[in-house]
Amino acid sequence: MTDATAKSAPKGSLMTIDLKTAGPAIALFLLCVIGFLLNPAFLSEGNLSNLLTRSAFIGIIAVGATFVITAGGIDLSVGSMAAAISGVMIIVMNTAVETMGPGVSTVLLGCGCSIVLGVGAGWINGALTTKGKIEAFIVTLGTMGIYRSLVTYFADGGTLSLDFAIRGTYRPVYYGSFLGLPIPVWVFIFVALVGWFLMNRTAFGRYCTAIGSNESVAKYSAIKVDRVKTLTYVIQGLCVSLATIIYVPRLGSASSSTGVLWELEAIAAVIIGGTVLKGGYGRIGGTIIGALMLTTIGNILNFTDMISNYLNGTMQGLIIIIAVWLQRADWGAGKAKAQAQKD
Amino acid sequence: MKTMHKLGALALSGALALSASAALAETIKIGVSYPTPTHAWAAGMNWHAEQAEKRLEELYPDVDLILVNSPDPNAQASALEDLVSVHQIDALVVLPFESEPLTDPVLNVKKSGALITVVDRGLSQPGIEDIYVAGNNPELGRVSAEYMKGRLSDGDNIVVLRGIPTLIDNERFDAFMAEMDGSGVNILDHKHANWNRDDGFEVMQDFLSRFPDIDAVWAQDDDIAIGVVAALKQAGRDGDGMFVVGGAGMKETIKGIMDGNELVPVDVLYPPSMIATAMDVTVAAFKSNGPVAGRYILGATLITPENAASFYFPDSPF
Repeated sequence: MTDATAKSAPKGSLMTIDLKTAGPAIALFLLCVIGFLLNPAFLSEGNLSNLLTRSAFIGIIAVGATFVITAGGIDLSVGSMAAAISGVMIIVMNTAVETMGPGVSTVLLGCGCSIVLGVGAGWINGALTTKGKIEAFIVTLGTMGIYRSLVTYFADGGTLSLDFAIRGTYRPVYYGSFLGLPIPVWVFIFVALVGWFLMNRTAFGRYCTAIGSNESVAKYSAIKVDRVKTLTYVIQGLCVSLATIIYVPRLGSASSSTGVLWELEAIAAVIIGGTVLKGGYGRIGGTIIGALMLTTIGNILNFTDMISNYLNGTMQGLIIIIAVWLQRADWGAGKAKAQAQKD
Repeated sequence: MKTMHKLGALALSGALALSASAALAETIKIGVSYPTPTHAWAAGMNWHAEQAEKRLEELYPDVDLILVNSPDPNAQASALEDLVSVHQIDALVVLPFESEPLTDPVLNVKKSGALITVVDRGLSQPGIEDIYVAGNNPELGRVSAEYMKGRLSDGDNIVVLRGIPTLIDNERFDAFMAEMDGSGVNILDHKHANWNRDDGFEVMQDFLSRFPDIDAVWAQDDDIAIGVVAALKQAGRDGDGMFVVGGAGMKETIKGIMDGNELVPVDVLYPPSMIATAMDVTVAAFKSNGPVAGRYILGATLITPENAASFYFPDSPF
């Protein structure tokens, strides 16, 4: 599709591609300007650091979602998965503190547990979709319900709280900072860089794109489709467990309300960033900007009382749609589009 | 002759007494129906219902309480039908999932002759329930405002974090604002934090970036208050007489009050144990020699270090 547009409109192509990549960034910039005009405190160091730290959860999960969506899949279970993993982490660390004490080793045990669970849960989603031949939407809708009810069960309907002795050890993972940037932001940057490299500089990234554009062709081209698709879900699971590792020290608790709707926010971040929902084209950089945008919208709405609280959802919806429209609409390349559609 | 006379008198005293006398010979079956606990408050309610069941069945061997929880309004409607057809209950204690869809099902239970006790959420038609037990949402707002007014002075600034946009939230908020009116305390802004720790944390972070001078926070709910406290500590603005008022009666919050926590010095009660109150009153309808039908609105008690111990249930999940 992109190729077709480029070929049939050689003159307009530069501009089209430019807007496609720059659209989300322009929208984010405009949002920041609006935020600053509403209240100069928006650009204060404290607020910017809050914003970046908050974006880290959705951002890290969305990097994983970019791979799943690029390969033509979808994962609806990430929010519930995050809640269930947080719950198990807290239980494991609370139990371990009796034998291992509230030291770093207990925290490492919790983190290791999180990674094993995340990779395992991702593999289950992947295997059920590829080997089980069930649509990803149904598989992950199912696991979404399972993980959500598991955390409710673990917490006995209430809230799981991390032992106070460990909180002191674990707290810096969320509240600490290194070279002026909070730790969660460093994790976010690291995940984004690795994700970008995987997507754009490795065979694996190209396989994802190929499978997302046309699975049968990919299969005939000797790509191990099932293995690559399963791997995208494993990466997604790993991203969820990394997000969980930085989420748990924030409030030290997990309940059935943890991570509600994170899956939709992650998918929204991916699509705002320019990745195509039906697969075949993925952009990690765009995803990062998408995640930043989503957090910024909520932040700005908290910075003003001009808009009724009841209309927060309306504002978020409008901004998301406008942001995607900015990059999809054909700016002065209407004819080229018509021709591309004919092809 | 004497017995006949007695029976006549009993019949005169109404359907309530009649069902009681008929049940004397056998067990009194009372169905207790409420939503499946999916959040901490409801889990606390579930725990208190189980405690009350144990206690009441021990006290009265002829009373059988049947606890049923349902994941959605439809399931609750079916559960009510089963309680009538399978268990042939003499009374029903129900915390409706939603008012509208459960009004008819409860009405059908009433038609079977059972005594009806409604808890917390009223039905959409008046006059169905014999007994009504509920917390007091407007009073929760008013009591919170009264306490905050008492500690603040003219020109002080507060921010308000609200729950999920619902009637409950509006009742609490409107009563709070009405009581604050004319106190000279500035309410800088109010935002919804959805009775949720994470939202409480993020909304409070933004309030802290936006307003350099905040003297106190009304968080309305203990879960929101936990997020607020984390944000205050992160920004290092938890000193200088800053205080946060939550609500509900979470055990950790009450423990903190008993231990003299200065940041969250009080709490306002909206007790999950109200289901136990409702079960007690319903059993009393069969056992007491006094009349019990009527409306029981529980107080939104201000929990302070002095009275905290009587609201502390360390074994409850909430």
